[in-house]
Amino acid sequence: MNGDESIAALRRGLLDRRYSAVELTEHSLSRIAANETLNCFITIDPDGALAAAAAADSRIARGEAGPLTGIPLAHKDVFCTRGIRTTCASRMLANFIAPYDATVVSRLAQAGAVCLGKTNMDEFAMGSSNETSWFGPARNPWDSGRAPGGSSGGSAAAVSAGLVPCATGTDTGGSIRQPAAFCGVTGLKPTYGRVSRYGMVAFASSLDQGGAFARDAEDVAALLQVMEGHDPLDSTSTTAEPTAFDGSGSMTIGLPGEYWDDLDADMGAVLEAATRELEAAGHTLKTVSLPHTAAAVPAYYVIASAEASANLSRYDGVRFGYRAESPDNIDDLYRRSRAEGFGAEVKRRILTGTYALSIGYYDAYYLQAQRVRRLIRQDFLDTFDQVDVIAAPVTPGVAFPLGAVTEPVAMYRQDVFTIPASLAGLPAMSLPCGLLEGLPVGLQLIGPHFEEGRVLELGAHYQRRTDWHRQRPHIPLDTDGPREVSDAV
Amino acid sequence: MDRETLARLARLAQLELTPEEVGPALDDLSRIVALIDEMRAVDTRDATPLAHPLDADQPLRDDIATESVDRETYQDIAPATRQGLYLVPRVVE
Repeated sequence: MNGDESIAALRRGLLDRRYSAVELTEHSLSRIAANETLNCFITIDPDGALAAAAAADSRIARGEAGPLTGIPLAHKDVFCTRGIRTTCASRMLANFIAPYDATVVSRLAQAGAVCLGKTNMDEFAMGSSNETSWFGPARNPWDSGRAPGGSSGGSAAAVSAGLVPCATGTDTGGSIRQPAAFCGVTGLKPTYGRVSRYGMVAFASSLDQGGAFARDAEDVAALLQVMEGHDPLDSTSTTAEPTAFDGSGSMTIGLPGEYWDDLDADMGAVLEAATRELEAAGHTLKTVSLPHTAAAVPAYYVIASAEASANLSRYDGVRFGYRAESPDNIDDLYRRSRAEGFGAEVKRRILTGTYALSIGYYDAYYLQAQRVRRLIRQDFLDTFDQVDVIAAPVTPGVAFPLGAVTEPVAMYRQDVFTIPASLAGLPAMSLPCGLLEGLPVGLQLIGPHFEEGRVLELGAHYQRRTDWHRQRPHIPLDTDGPREVSDAV
Repeated sequence: MDRETLARLARLAQLELTPEEVGPALDDLSRIVALIDEMRAVDTRDATPLAHPLDADQPLRDDIATESVDRETYQDIAPATRQGLYLVPRVVE
């Protein structure tokens, strides 16, 4: 084991008894410890992980292994876990221990995955750099002075550094795809409603969607098959048929001019090499247009902030979460608990949402944003009459240095290529497609609603022909770091 | 965005802003409002508002109790409770 194996390879190793689930878990724990400075985890759960691994070994010995039995995994700290704190990277929830598991957590546990702990993120999933975390940012394993992306930065960085072979994430406007691109891993945001939101701390309920990070598209597919499906506890979870993999052959791939035309020249060169590779693999490229793309970021910041201002009204210092000391009266309790418990970015979003929903502004902002949302969705539906999949950049550039983007609107514009698919509720994946100045670049594949299978198959086809997804950053344990446990394995 | 509007929003959102926070918050919110204003020029006359990305209705389940709330478990994580009640500062004198 070297931390680079896919889920499929680890599963073979476990079933062939080349190592045990306990050994695999100890190996992951040692890599996490050796890379503490990456700050990927908010909470590590060695005891729970080792107990789950021992149970996995028993299942394997009885010949009852499930699809993920014994596979180490980390959950973004937005998913509620019974008995392990769920902080959402906020002071507000720094000591919050949920009395139940999220459906994503229970389904993955049921499939045998071993949860190592909870990963770092932007506070309440609001951010694109991990810098809004109350616990300090996770760091990019390719260059620890750079952002891992956000909001699911800890999960992406942990997979990239080989601390775990896979991790969960959530994506509201790009929070899986952008960190996947920055850290050089494969990440999928499924169709809205594909994965249950039960037990996922709410940010923007019409946009939030759980998904996964792994080394390659095949591993992501394996995770999706466990995570997806209707959940009676989430009325927005779909009753659609599970993801189908029908071995679709040659596809027509749309390249929207609005995404490609003004791209930075160096990024463009890397990404165009990737689309040429898809062409060489037998797929057809076709230029298409998504005319309302420019309105997506503004519309998103109205809708997401409006929903956030409503969702985050539950944090009142009364029922759970942070409570200010010695409040004078009930209003002082609410206001100071929220003022002290939330960070600056969360407050900006709440205030923006409150503005967009307030009397006199509702029609001009909220309703207009919902109308723009329909136009953006219709652009995609029209385009999918002509093409099977859309290929696009994930980010305007490679991972930026921590502290480099300080102005909120400049940070919001980082998500220009990921937000439109979120507004339309479409499945979209980021996969590594090259390096620029030694840092990973991600290619985005967007599919029609519920066509995750098509997106994953195209990604897997690309990954069989390239090795960008196998490129790894140089980090401790790959060179001369401590090897106490891994030597024994 | 001016001080008065910001104060009203903070009041509506039950957020207290310290005097030091007001200046930067005004700057940031002014820029954010300029950003969201960019979509106001889009011609949406023929577009109805879209609330659900799949344009789907919320299905209703049968109205049957499926679980009971275990008060003790939920109050274990509350900042202050007594005898099954949540404690807050006195509201009525």
